[in-house]
Amino acid sequence: MPILEVRNISKRFGDTEVIRDISFSLEKGETLSIIGSSGSGKTTLLRCLNFLETPDNGTITVNGEVIFDASDPASRSEKGIREKRLHFGMVFQSFNLFPQYTALQNVTLAGLLLAKERPDYRARKNEIREEIINNAKAILDSVGLSSKLDHYPHQLSGGQQQRVAIARALALKPDILCFDEPTSALDPELTGEVLRVIRELAERETTMIIVTHEMSFARQVSDNVMFMDDGVIVEYGPPEQVIGNPREERTKRFLERYFENGNS
Amino acid sequence: MNIYISSLFEGFWLNIRLFVLTLAMAIPLGLVITFGSMAKFRPLKWLVRTFVWIIRGTPLMLQLFVVLYAPGLLFGVPMKSRMTAAIVAFVVNYAAYFSEIYRGGIESIPKGQYEAGAVLGMTRSQVFFKVILLQVIKRIVPPMSNEIITLTKDTALARVIGIAEIIMCAERFTKQGLIWPLFSTGLFFLAFNGVLTIVLGWIERRLDYFKV
Repeated sequence: MPILEVRNISKRFGDTEVIRDISFSLEKGETLSIIGSSGSGKTTLLRCLNFLETPDNGTITVNGEVIFDASDPASRSEKGIREKRLHFGMVFQSFNLFPQYTALQNVTLAGLLLAKERPDYRARKNEIREEIINNAKAILDSVGLSSKLDHYPHQLSGGQQQRVAIARALALKPDILCFDEPTSALDPELTGEVLRVIRELAERETTMIIVTHEMSFARQVSDNVMFMDDGVIVEYGPPEQVIGNPREERTKRFLERYFENGNS
Repeated sequence: MNIYISSLFEGFWLNIRLFVLTLAMAIPLGLVITFGSMAKFRPLKWLVRTFVWIIRGTPLMLQLFVVLYAPGLLFGVPMKSRMTAAIVAFVVNYAAYFSEIYRGGIESIPKGQYEAGAVLGMTRSQVFFKVILLQVIKRIVPPMSNEIITLTKDTALARVIGIAEIIMCAERFTKQGLIWPLFSTGLFFLAFNGVLTIVLGWIERRLDYFKV
């Protein structure tokens, strides 16, 4: 059974249909990269999965459980959404760290708030808090930031901030981790450290969906690549096919333009 | 000499009372007005914004007269005391200004902060109180400091409806041919604003540990 199944998702803003009839599935441990020019709908798709946008049509199923069904008004209620969106983690292009909290506090904040809803929270308060904090420290260590626990976001470089953001998403143990152009806001010399962390996650079989412009990176880490254009999936398959030897004319043109512009 | 000084102190005590009471009520009332002016329900939003436009678009001095006389003339219930009228006029006027500062502060927080909180499973109120609020406060401290310092001097306007604040007290001596008490009122305001500047600067520095 796939961990994620997306069926016939569409989303329109006013008169523009940003994504149309998108269907795909994802196996546990799989890394999927989504490529395409800006405006192709790839970010909107990711935002639909994280309930930052509500699709107009379609269903989203995680681990066999339908977590969103556009035809069922109950699945749009605010209360249900909060729990369901925890299936997904999200790393934003612009990091979106909380500026008034240290790196460690950024990673622990949501977990500590969620823990208060646990029935055993009162009885085991200190134990639970310690667990969450130790877990956060271990994750920050794994992204190479054990020496920056008490630094505030403005004291960190862009690459370090994005690694904190990745740690923050990982701390809630999402089933599927989504990245929305995680290196697009970074200076070129800082992209490497973030890509390295994502590559390590892929090696540890983290289930991931990565919207990216880094073709060679996508080719290396992905199990599958999706090329989107004008709101639809044009080509889907292993990276050797979609990036290495595309079948569709639109994919070929996109990649030609991409490599002509001096990228590699 | 002593009689002049004690009269000025007596007058300034009214300025201070007006200042403290106005701040204590206008700061929370401003937040209520902000929520109204940001309401999704259009009629409420436009009603509140029109109200803010009127309050900010007319002189505070005129508003003092309106609050003092309008209840009696329009509804037959005269204002009980001049001080109450002054407080009402000041609170409403400053709340309108504060509400615009708050609104600017809230709207300046990037959408990504709300989204980051939401995808981490935080409730709307958790996002507001744990993530947004402190950032808003940090942003509004400088413009609020400006308004607060302006308020200390605006309290002198209360004399137009017969409140014996410091300048009114000093003017009585001017009529007797003595000018220095009037000029010396400036020192009271300077000293008070000196202390205020130190306090506000301290608050600003307390929030210096992060950047927004």
